[in-house]
Formats: sequence, structure tokens, C-alpha cells
Amino acid sequence: MSPPLIEVRDLAHAYPDGTEALRGISLHIRAGEAVAVVGANGAGKSTLLLHLNGSLIPQHGTVRIADFQVAKAALPDIRRTVGMVFQDPDDQLFMPTVAEDVAFGPLNLKLPLAEVERRVASALEQVGAAHLRDRPPYKLSGGEKRLAAIATVLAMEPAILVMDEPSSSLDPRARRTLTALLAGFGHTTIIATHDLDLVLDLCPRTIVLRQGQVAADGPTGEIFADNRLLAACHLEPPLRLQACPVCGGGSGWLPQRGKRI
Amino acid sequence: MHMADALLSPAVGGTFWAATAGATAWCAKKVQRELDDRKVPLMGVLGAFVFAAQMINFTLPGTGSSGHIGGGMLLAILLGPHAAFLTIASVLVVQALFFADGGLLALGCNIFNLGFFPCFLAYPLLYKPLAGSGQNHKRIVAGALLAAIVGLQLGAVAVVAETVLSGISALPLQPFLWAMLPIHLAIGLVEGVITATVVLFVRQARPEILDCAAGGWAPGARPIAKVLTALAVAAMLTGGVFSWFASALPDGLEWSIEQASGKGEPVAPTEGIHGLFAGVQEKIALLPGYAFRTGDQQAVGETVAHQAGPTAWPAVDPGTSVAGLVGGGLTLLLTIGLALLFRKRRAIA
Amino acid sequence: MSAIESASFDLHRLDRLAACDSAVHRLDPRVKVLITLAFLVCVVSFDKYAIAGLLPFALFLTLIIGLAGIPSGFILNRLLLAAPLALLIGLFNPVYDHQPLMRLGTLAIAGGWLSLLSLMLRFCLTVGVVLALIATTGFNAVCRALEQLGMPSVLAVQLLLLYRYLFVLVEEGLRLNRARALRSFQGRGLGIRACGFLLGSLLLRTLDRSQRIHLAMRCRGFDGTIRTRNPLRLNGRDVLILAIALAALLAMRVFDGPLLLGRFVTGLLAS
Repeated sequence: MSPPLIEVRDLAHAYPDGTEALRGISLHIRAGEAVAVVGANGAGKSTLLLHLNGSLIPQHGTVRIADFQVAKAALPDIRRTVGMVFQDPDDQLFMPTVAEDVAFGPLNLKLPLAEVERRVASALEQVGAAHLRDRPPYKLSGGEKRLAAIATVLAMEPAILVMDEPSSSLDPRARRTLTALLAGFGHTTIIATHDLDLVLDLCPRTIVLRQGQVAADGPTGEIFADNRLLAACHLEPPLRLQACPVCGGGSGWLPQRGKRI
Repeated sequence: MHMADALLSPAVGGTFWAATAGATAWCAKKVQRELDDRKVPLMGVLGAFVFAAQMINFTLPGTGSSGHIGGGMLLAILLGPHAAFLTIASVLVVQALFFADGGLLALGCNIFNLGFFPCFLAYPLLYKPLAGSGQNHKRIVAGALLAAIVGLQLGAVAVVAETVLSGISALPLQPFLWAMLPIHLAIGLVEGVITATVVLFVRQARPEILDCAAGGWAPGARPIAKVLTALAVAAMLTGGVFSWFASALPDGLEWSIEQASGKGEPVAPTEGIHGLFAGVQEKIALLPGYAFRTGDQQAVGETVAHQAGPTAWPAVDPGTSVAGLVGGGLTLLLTIGLALLFRKRRAIA
Repeated sequence: MSAIESASFDLHRLDRLAACDSAVHRLDPRVKVLITLAFLVCVVSFDKYAIAGLLPFALFLTLIIGLAGIPSGFILNRLLLAAPLALLIGLFNPVYDHQPLMRLGTLAIAGGWLSLLSLMLRFCLTVGVVLALIATTGFNAVCRALEQLGMPSVLAVQLLLLYRYLFVLVEEGLRLNRARALRSFQGRGLGIRACGFLLGSLLLRTLDRSQRIHLAMRCRGFDGTIRTRNPLRLNGRDVLILAIALAALLAMRVFDGPLLLGRFVTGLLAS
């Protein structure tokens, strides 16, 4: 077995106003895994994600990404390894055009211009947004913005993708496009979301957070079958696993990346 | 009020461009040296915030008319003077380019009027010392009110100064000031109240924002003596500008002398805004005789003659007038024809 | 309210126009900025009674607007919207200035009327040329041009970010405004206090957004400077057009074309 790519040990965090967002979290994630982090509002999902790319430095406990311990000195290396897709693409697309935005990261890495160009083209190609290149971000639809935001992160060529609510405020079609796109990625992926159907499609493993602690960590199927656990964490089984009010049956599901476990 | 390109002479526009360019470069250097990269996005979104905030109108009590925030003083309080100056400059650039508010040449004047006074006089000399460390709500309100009023009054004086110095508008100094100052007193009062309300709201909800926002500028209360000094400086500045104009423009000086001595013609048409409007009807005459030139008009006429210089219409030469009219008419026709031609081509295409 | 919505609509409209293609659009933004500045300086440097001398500039502007394919109705519309203020100030000219400066037969025209006409003409020209600049170049390119012409890069970045978030925040402002209007009756709820709280909460959200943007920037290696890829490059055609345009503007400023033309025509008629 390969050593864990991400190792969080006994992580705790309290905000200046006294809110204890995390109270002793430990978890391991291996290269190539796709893991969902679910939990109620305020369970600590976002705070955990912010630690994974060094936006927050651990107050207590440790976070290790590949060979680097998350600390001030290692931030450049960590940010190159971990790409973060924010919940609101408007926060992430701040440059005048999509291409310039995608180039923002590579330029900050001080890569040669030709390499920057190559990365911009390939990142946009990967998300199927090459045609959006010269468009200003405020003229994109919600789905296009999301794809562009993902491209800005891919251009950094990170080993790990961290996503906060990637399917929020997308119409069903854009959501499907996104699901198909993410299913095709080979990155180690961590998705924080309330969209449990998305989790069914993408993540064989699920970590449930409750009040800043890990309430459960295991195969997605098992966790979603545990109605008591879900209820205790303010969650509901994905719609697809619930009995259909019309026909009375729930359909099955297939985790598309199940073989990776 | 924004200065417009159409009201500016190149000399005045150029002078203020130079002053503003210098101030901008200095502020840019200061902000860069602060090394607070949080301010980069903060300034950007706060600039956009000013536009959004100007969409939220409020009704003025008693009048039924509505107003909105200008935002200059609020930016200074949130960002500190240097970053606020740059942000105000950027807001004015966008207004000039997209909303025909002001203009490119007038940008220098407008940034100076609306940026320099609030950021570098009203904020550090009035708001900071009065509001102190920001614990006392009454002091915040007093500081915001006074700073907004003084900042806007200075801006209004500057607009008048720039317009009169440019000499494109024939408005004399005195009535123009009489019109501008009370209006801007009202605007400043409202601006101060709304700024104070917003600052108090933020202080209550998220006190840490105000503490870190104005970083880089020494915090802490200043003794009352400094406040007085500040007021004195502002007063002297205003007075200085006034007297400079008074001496630069004979009609203004004449007027104040008349006022001071209590003599002079009682029908002076420049007697306040009231007399001004009363005289409008009588004075909008297509055919004012030569005999009309008396007293005040003479002075205006002289300044005009002086400013017009040799390139003006050579006095009243009928021949030149006709040639000018014919040529002008032809050029105008050509312009309209060209416009119609392009229009047709567009319609075809 | 409707004026504001139309302003935001205009923003989008100008943006769309700038995305069109024409010979004028393709010019280097710096060339266009320089021509605009030269145009402005020439126009405002005429004396206050100049009218005929300004007309060739109107011809020049019409030519540019026509070549760029900008709908003239759009520019005229914007001019009309912005005109009242200039008119207000200008109307005082006939009030204060009675010096007869021009005579047509027995009709003497006071300087004030001439200078009012001149002022409005200047207004149309100066506003029109700036609208033409932005409608053929786009805001971002104008910023980049200004930066390469010496504007501090801090200000350039500031302008780009402002413009980017203008669209986001104006939407938010409109939503807040609508939500408040729906719950305000007979002017209640539209006062300064309510407005202050509304602005306060919009401000807090804006500050939060700035923190998130900062985070997003840091995540992609932001260190305080924003780097861009392709600096503008001048080609020979741009330089040539710049030279021709500047020479034309200068000539129009120095020679009173309409007067010469008028003399020529009246001379022909007289002979």
C-alpha cells in the first residue's frame, strides 16, 4: 500500500470569535481516492478544506500533504500540490477574460510564456471550455463559470483537487456535464457537498462530519444506508436511494470509480 | 458635481492632471510599500461597491427627493487615505469612460476634487482626530459629518475655481459659489449621516474590519488642538482660494468691494442667486445694444476680450461672420451627410 | 431606479460594441487612447466663442464612429442623457455676456449665445470621443493601454478588478433595491436609516467577498503583483495611422477650415 497522500492528525481549530469549528479530526487519504466530505451546515467542512491548502494553518494537530507539513514555509509547495475550487466561481474568476484567469496561476509560478500558453490551452480543453477563452467571466452562465473555475485550478497541474460545493446553483444539465467531467479526472479528489446524489456518482468513500468531529468514515454505500447516522448528522439519503413516492421503488447505483478503492 | 471636459481650458485641465498624476503615483508607491496584498482585492471590490451603493437611494426627510451615497469618506475610513485615493480615482475613471460623467481631461480635476480633499484633508485632519479609536458612537458621527461636509465644500469650491479659471462658462465667481456651497452643504450633511450610519453598522457587526482596514495610518486620538489646527488649515485654504479668485477676476473683486463698502449700484445683477434668476428674463436678449454695457457687464466684457485673444472672431466683422457661417454650415452638412451615409451602409450590411 | 438599470444595461451594451470588429477596433488601444487625448486637447483649447473651428472635429468624430460601425443613435442617446448639466451651466453665458460679437446684416449676436453654442458643441465632442474610444476598445484594453503609457500598475489592477466586480455587485445592489422596494409602502422604509443598514450589509458581504477573492488568489500563487501575458505590440500600420490622425487633428486646430472654405465659396459667389 502506498503511503497516504493526505494525512490529518488530531486537527482542531477555533475561530477568533470562539467558535470551535474542528475538534480533533484525523483522517488519511490515499493517492487516486475520491472522497466526499458531508455534514450539516457548520459541521466544519469548509474549515477542514481551508486547512488542506494551507489557507488556514493548523492551531492544533498536523496536516501533511505528500511530503510537506502544512506550515507557513511550505505554502508555495502545498498550493502547487493542492488545487482548490471555491463555492462561488465569481470569487475565483477575477481576471478580465477566462484565458487570463487560467493563466494567472501559471504566471505566478513564473513559468515560461510558451508553457503558460500550453497549460491554458490544455486546461480549457480538459473542461471542454476552449470556446470560452476570450470571454469575460461576467458573461458566462453558471455552468460555464464553474467549468472555467475548474480550469483555472487544473492549469496549476495539482495532484489533489479540493472542491467546495461544486454542484451548487447549477441547472440539471450543467450538473450532469460537471459530474461526467469530474468522473473522468484521475486526480485525488476531495469534495465537500450537500449534494449526496453527486457523491453517489463520484465518491466511493464518504467522511461524515458532525460538530467538528468525524462521525463516520467508510464506503459511501454503507454510510448512506445508515439512516440513523444520517439523521443524526442532519442529512438525508440521496434521492435515488429513497423510495419513489410515485412508483414506490428506489433505483440502484453504481459508483463509477469504485474499482479504485 | 463633476467637472466636464466642455467647461475646462487646457491650462486648468493640464495643471490638475499633473497634480493628480503626482498624487496617484505617490499613493501607488505607498500602497505597494504597505505590502498588504489583502488590499488588492479589497480596493477592487470596494470600488465596485461604490457603484452598487449608489443604486440604493433613500428619500430625504421633508423634501421627497432622493439621494444616494457618494462614498468618498466611507472609502477613506475603510481603506485609509492612500488606498482610498486610488479607489476613488478608479471609480471616477469608470464614470468618465462609461457614464459620460466628467471626461478624460476633467479626470484630473475630478479626482482632485473628490479624492484629494476627503482623503488627505478631511479624513486625517477631521475624521481621525474626532472619531479617535472609534469606541464612542457620538464621536464617529461627529467626525463623519464634519469630514464629509468639509470635504465636499472644498470640492465644491474647487469646481467653482476650475470653472471660473477656465473661462469657458461666463458664470462669475460669486453667484456660482452662492449656488454651489449651500447645495453641497446639504449633500455633505446627508453624506455624513449615511457614512456614519454605515460605519456604525459595520462597527457593531464586525468591529475587526475597521481596526485592520485603516492599517498603515497611525491610529489613536489626537488632541483637540490638532482638530482646531486642522479646521484652521481648511479655513485658510478655502479663504486662500477665494481671494486668489477675487484677485484673478475683477468682477468678483469688484463685487466684494461693493459689498464691503455698502456702495455701488443697487441693481447689481450678481446679487446672490436670487438676483441672478430675477435678471435672467431681462437679460436673455438676442439684440443687446452697445449701450447695455455698464458697470458689471463692462468688467465681464473686458475679461472676455482679454481671454478671447487674437484667435477669436476678429471683433464684429460682417464679412468674416458670413464666411464663417457659410463654411461652418457646409462642414456641418458634410458631417451630417457622412453620418447618414454610414447609417445607410450599416442598414445595408 | 430605471435610470440605474439602464446604466447597467449601457455597460453591457458598450461591452458588446467593443467586442465587434472593424478597422477602428483592430487599432492598437494605445493609438486610440493617444488620438482621443489629442482630440480632447485640441477641442478644449479653442477659445470660448469658437464654433466653426470645432465643426471639422465633429466631422472627424463622425468618420471614426462610422468606420467603427457604432450605431449613432446610441451615442446620441448617451449625449442627451448627459447634456442637461452642461446646458445648465452654459445657459448662464447669455445671461452674463452681452458683448455683440457677430453681426448678420442688422442682427447682432451676443457673445453669450455663441459661447453657449460652443460649449454644447465641446460637450458633444468630448463626451462623444470618449464613448467612441470605449465602444471600439473595451475597458480592459483601455486600462492596459493606460498602464503601458505610464499609469501605475496598482491603479491598473484596481481598475480591472473594479470593472470585473462591477457586474457582480451592481446585480447585488439591484436585488437589494428590489427586495426593499417590495416591502416599502408610502415611502416608509426608504429613509436614511434603512438605507444605512442596507448599505452596511451590502458592505459586509462585499468585504467577505474580498476575503474569498484574496484566498482564491493566494491559492494560485498570488504574491501582491498581478502578471499578464501578452504585452501590446505596435505594428507599422498603427504607427502610421497615429501619425496621420495626429497630423489631421493638428491641422484642424491650426487652420480654420470652415472659414477658409466659406471665404472660398463666398468669393466664388461674389465674383
